[in-house]
Amino acid sequence: MSDVTIIGAGVAGLWAAYALSKRGLTPRLIDRNGNPGAHGCSWWAGGMLAPFCEGATSEAAVIAHGQQAASDWAEVTKVTQNGSLVVTLARDRAELDRFARRTTGHARISGDTLATLEPDLATPGREALYFDTESHLTPRAALADLLAALTARGITIEQAEATPDDVHGTVLDCRGLAAKLPSLRGVRGEMVMLKTHEVRLSRPVRLLHPRHPLYIVPRGDGVFMLGATQIESAAPGPITARALLELLSAAYALHPAFAEAEVIETGADLRPAFVDHVPRVIRQGRVLHLNGLFRHGYLMAPALARQAADYLEHGTKGDLFHED
Amino acid sequence: MREFYGVTLDSPLMLGTAQYPSPAVMEAAFRASGAAVVTVSLRRETGGGQAFWQIIKGLGVHVLPNTAGCYSAREAITTARMAREVFETNWIKLEVIGHADTLQPDPFGTLEAAETLSSEGFEVFPYMTEDQVLAQRLVDAGCRVLMPWGAPIGSGLGLNNRYGLRTLRAAFPDIPMVVDAGLGLPSHAGDAMEMGFDAVLLNTAVAQADDPALMAQAFGMAARAGQMAHRAGPMAPRDMAVPSTPVIGKAWL
Repeated sequence: MSDVTIIGAGVAGLWAAYALSKRGLTPRLIDRNGNPGAHGCSWWAGGMLAPFCEGATSEAAVIAHGQQAASDWAEVTKVTQNGSLVVTLARDRAELDRFARRTTGHARISGDTLATLEPDLATPGREALYFDTESHLTPRAALADLLAALTARGITIEQAEATPDDVHGTVLDCRGLAAKLPSLRGVRGEMVMLKTHEVRLSRPVRLLHPRHPLYIVPRGDGVFMLGATQIESAAPGPITARALLELLSAAYALHPAFAEAEVIETGADLRPAFVDHVPRVIRQGRVLHLNGLFRHGYLMAPALARQAADYLEHGTKGDLFHED
Repeated sequence: MREFYGVTLDSPLMLGTAQYPSPAVMEAAFRASGAAVVTVSLRRETGGGQAFWQIIKGLGVHVLPNTAGCYSAREAITTARMAREVFETNWIKLEVIGHADTLQPDPFGTLEAAETLSSEGFEVFPYMTEDQVLAQRLVDAGCRVLMPWGAPIGSGLGLNNRYGLRTLRAAFPDIPMVVDAGLGLPSHAGDAMEMGFDAVLLNTAVAQADDPALMAQAFGMAARAGQMAHRAGPMAPRDMAVPSTPVIGKAWL
């Protein structure tokens, strides 16, 4: 297994390279677009490491593996462990009960406690769920830090077009949708970045809403990432007016000062997903596919990479491992 | 048994495809429920939903594409034409929304679209209020199925106007009718079926349940139970108690 090539340098490929390098290997890392950037869906992520919140709509594997993610990422980048909050608007309070019933790892907090955690979110009578062990990071900084850690271990990204057929030896195919696996589909997501100093948040906040759920991740320096739509479409192209309206309306409903914020960036991309929304390591001969990270790229890439490395080193097949 | 444009359905349950945690969960819900019809929206996925549509086709049940999210007859007609190409069916659940907050159907836009689509050979399932006059106009326009609402979409309130639904059912004895939208519990589905409706259509109550497959199964069983009860001929409620066993001749002193 000395001759390993990784194709695709998004969050999956970078983590695969890092996991192998920790086991003394120096894999080749190839990406047709070079270093991470707007071409990859990792660029557009929220960066929440929130396994318990994700548990509301995710399989148990995501909750279990996701709990490792914060400590894994902390090896290479700044991870803020400040918990996360889930709130509703006044008329949707039943949504909070439902979310609480479907998740673990939270405490239900009163408006007074909310006022001490996030003063800007406190409104009369508003309760919240506080997931105190959850974390977040800044995706683009995390990718750069991960790349720097690889560079320090002698691994850089070669910019080249390549498919597994073009290279010899063991291949880790981390190309996402470009791998064109038969059961993989794209799920469109759209995001907005706002800048305002009128709102202060120190942790990710999810607004439950029957029609337009929203999360807001503070990036620091008055920058907030608003996400994310989830549409059963593989249509490329920029954010739609409707998605923009929905995300901004929800943010405005959460705090009116967001209406005065500057829209500094919008983005849209496709998440590669399998039918159960759980990522997989799929072995096809000498090729291992690491794919289907869906909306859990940052949450699940470390675990996925670890299982691929375990297989290459020991032949161990973890719960995310599939034979084609 | 009333037929839906010549098709007899194995189950009186129709399920939507939105808001499930994943397609795998959705598939499990369909399997557990035995639903005979799947309804799917095309509006938002325009042009890029092929992978999801393949999953829908793979469910192996009748596909009823819908025009959810359309606010005008024109939009709905365009969406319907696209749906016919994608799913190769003349069936279309016609939904023209008239009010963004309540998601009430627009009766005028619905009628206009129903006329056009029927003339183009579509087999229209119009989503409507329980208004009897509207129902007559839709039948005149060529609709051979009607889909009165139970309550506003996604509200889970059940049958909001039992009187209206009962009179509508009685007024069109030959037209298959589906109670569509607003059902929150299996008992709501059973209720509608006991009243003589031919099917129920729902989405949120299953997709947003903690265990969608289990809830889907419950809805499937309740709808079938209601259907059986209607066929069996329910007793009429009485104000007076009637003992099952005569008391005359018993020692009651």
